[in-house]
Amino acid sequence: MFTMGIDVGSASSKVVILKDGETIAAAEVVQIGTGSSGPKRALDQALSKTGLKMEDIAKTVATGYGRFAYEGADKQISEISCHAKGIYHLIPTTRTIIDIGGQDAKAIKLDAKGHVKQFYMNDKCAAGTGRFLDVMSRVLEISIEEMAEYSARAANPATVSSTCTVFAESEVISQLSKGIAKENIIAGVHQSVASKACALLYRAGVEEDIVMSGGVAKNQGVVDAISRELKKPVKVAPNPQTTGALGAALFAYEEAKRS
Amino acid sequence: MSELNLESMSAKQLLAYYSEKAYQDANEAHKNGKLICWSASVAPSEFCDAMDICTVYPENHAAAIGARKGSPALLELAEKKGYSIDCCSYARVNFGYLELLKEEALTGVTPQALADAPADRLPLPDLVITCNNLCNTLLKWYENLAAELHIPCIVIDVPFNHTVPMPQYAKDYVKSQFQYAIEQLEQICGRPFDYDKFLEVQKQAQRSVAAWDRVAKMTSYKPSPMNGFDFFNYMALIVCARSKKDSEIVFNKLADELEEKLKKGEYAFGDNEKFRFTWEGIACWPYLGHTFKSLRSLGVLLTGSGYPGMWSLHYTPGNMDEMAEAYASIYTNVALPEKVDAIGKVIEGGKCDGIAYHINRSCKIMSFLTVETADMVKEKTKVPFVTFDGDQTDPSNFSPAQFDTRVQALAEMMEQEAAEKDKKAQ
Ligand code: SF4
Repeated sequence: MFTMGIDVGSASSKVVILKDGETIAAAEVVQIGTGSSGPKRALDQALSKTGLKMEDIAKTVATGYGRFAYEGADKQISEISCHAKGIYHLIPTTRTIIDIGGQDAKAIKLDAKGHVKQFYMNDKCAAGTGRFLDVMSRVLEISIEEMAEYSARAANPATVSSTCTVFAESEVISQLSKGIAKENIIAGVHQSVASKACALLYRAGVEEDIVMSGGVAKNQGVVDAISRELKKPVKVAPNPQTTGALGAALFAYEEAKRS
Repeated sequence: MSELNLESMSAKQLLAYYSEKAYQDANEAHKNGKLICWSASVAPSEFCDAMDICTVYPENHAAAIGARKGSPALLELAEKKGYSIDCCSYARVNFGYLELLKEEALTGVTPQALADAPADRLPLPDLVITCNNLCNTLLKWYENLAAELHIPCIVIDVPFNHTVPMPQYAKDYVKSQFQYAIEQLEQICGRPFDYDKFLEVQKQAQRSVAAWDRVAKMTSYKPSPMNGFDFFNYMALIVCARSKKDSEIVFNKLADELEEKLKKGEYAFGDNEKFRFTWEGIACWPYLGHTFKSLRSLGVLLTGSGYPGMWSLHYTPGNMDEMAEAYASIYTNVALPEKVDAIGKVIEGGKCDGIAYHINRSCKIMSFLTVETADMVKEKTKVPFVTFDGDQTDPSNFSPAQFDTRVQALAEMMEQEAAEKDKKAQ
């Protein structure tokens, strides 16, 4: 039996097709989100990769910011529950999740059964999210993919103290004009994201294993900065952008079994 | 109005009638040269009522404007005047409104924005009365009103309760504040304080509060005949007509109707009451409909809220110690353990499965302690909670999609807890 999870985010669309609630048959990411062609493109990619048709999918669960806008789902489930489900499936020792996506960041506390015990999300502010990194990457003229490499080379990380993305942008510009090395500035940018994430983590309660997901988890510089701040190891979920869609596909599987 | 048959009207019709009447009476009183007072929402209303001063409530008024989506224009006016967006949006709406009233009074021409404001007219005040049992914003807000209009400002200063029960010296202090307010009123009115009427007013306030308590009890039934969002609608009267017969009539009518529904087995969500929750904090007035619908679609019924309960002020008429304690001990003015206790009781009373905390950009007093409060309440009650960001009257500080995600996650957590309980029971 095949089930599908679709995570319609603000900045990207993710689809996971799951075989028998176990094997990931497809996990596709398109870097545009709700309101765009992203969800359909991710869906088409996943179907063509598996050679399946929509009729072959027993159930679909939608999650993410655009979960209600996507029409083809049997059910909508919040991204909190879906991330928890997906990550626990991949790493059952997970007790704390930090998920940083394009527009929000969330800290989720799980119990030993993988149930959500508590969660906190950032308030509506781009600080500490993927959007913050996008802005900095543009100002620094360093692609998002290269940022981790740069920060790994930092000898003397700078401090980016402004919370507000706009203020931080001008702070970074002034550091650039003072001739501070981009490596050091980027390390400071990562540190800034990490400290916002850790504020959420501390509120939810930190317990190992700590697992990071979301698009920003692909940036090892941020992962390392969070680990440094917590003084604890931080694992990265495999294919970290698709854990929400995976959780949705797992819920879809449970639904399909029930009906 | 006299040909209206109040007996045959529903509670909802009565609410509309008396809410409108409160403003009509005030405008009429203003025209007839009677004194008008603007009052903070949990300042004691009994003193002005005893002196036949007509009182209106800017927080109430701002909430009504917010609920009818009229706040942005007034917030903008206040901002132009220099009020920071970090100030409470009730205050900002009121300062925006004040600008328009002043312009009208000075020019004789009604500004368009005033004519367009979707609320009953507030007459300009002759005095203001405030009390810091809720917050200190209310001090500066009312002092500012008084300074802008060159009118007297009566302040009932109450000490913060670090311990319970409230110590006698603190009660004595609040009583001295009452006494000073009485003296100020005597001066403003030019006649001695009417202690006989004061006692009558106190008695009426207690009857109204008893009727309000009757309503509050209705959400303790499971399933509940009452949708707790109605607290937010009906509370207008416990705020602005607390010491008037009007509120007693409406609340008793509502309680009668709900008791009738209960008897007939008619419940707020029919047979779709899946979960019950507590809304901690002020409503998001501009999004009242959205927040309600979002929760209803999840089968989540509001059955607890500490905010409307703040006006459940109990004392024996004539007993000033008790009156001082009632006004000084509302849950915004007590130490954290007592606040946690109060919220715990709300959860228990409403048989709630979860709680959502409104982190209100406007209201620091109701928000800054939330993280600690939430953890302590969770420890005590074990029910899951979420927090969401919002604002009671500034729509720009609320995101419907973010609200929906958080409450959906709460519903999922409640479902999980229920499934666990079922498993254990088997
Ligand atoms: S909303 Fe909060 S800050 Fe504003 S007046 Fe009420 S208690 Fe004070």
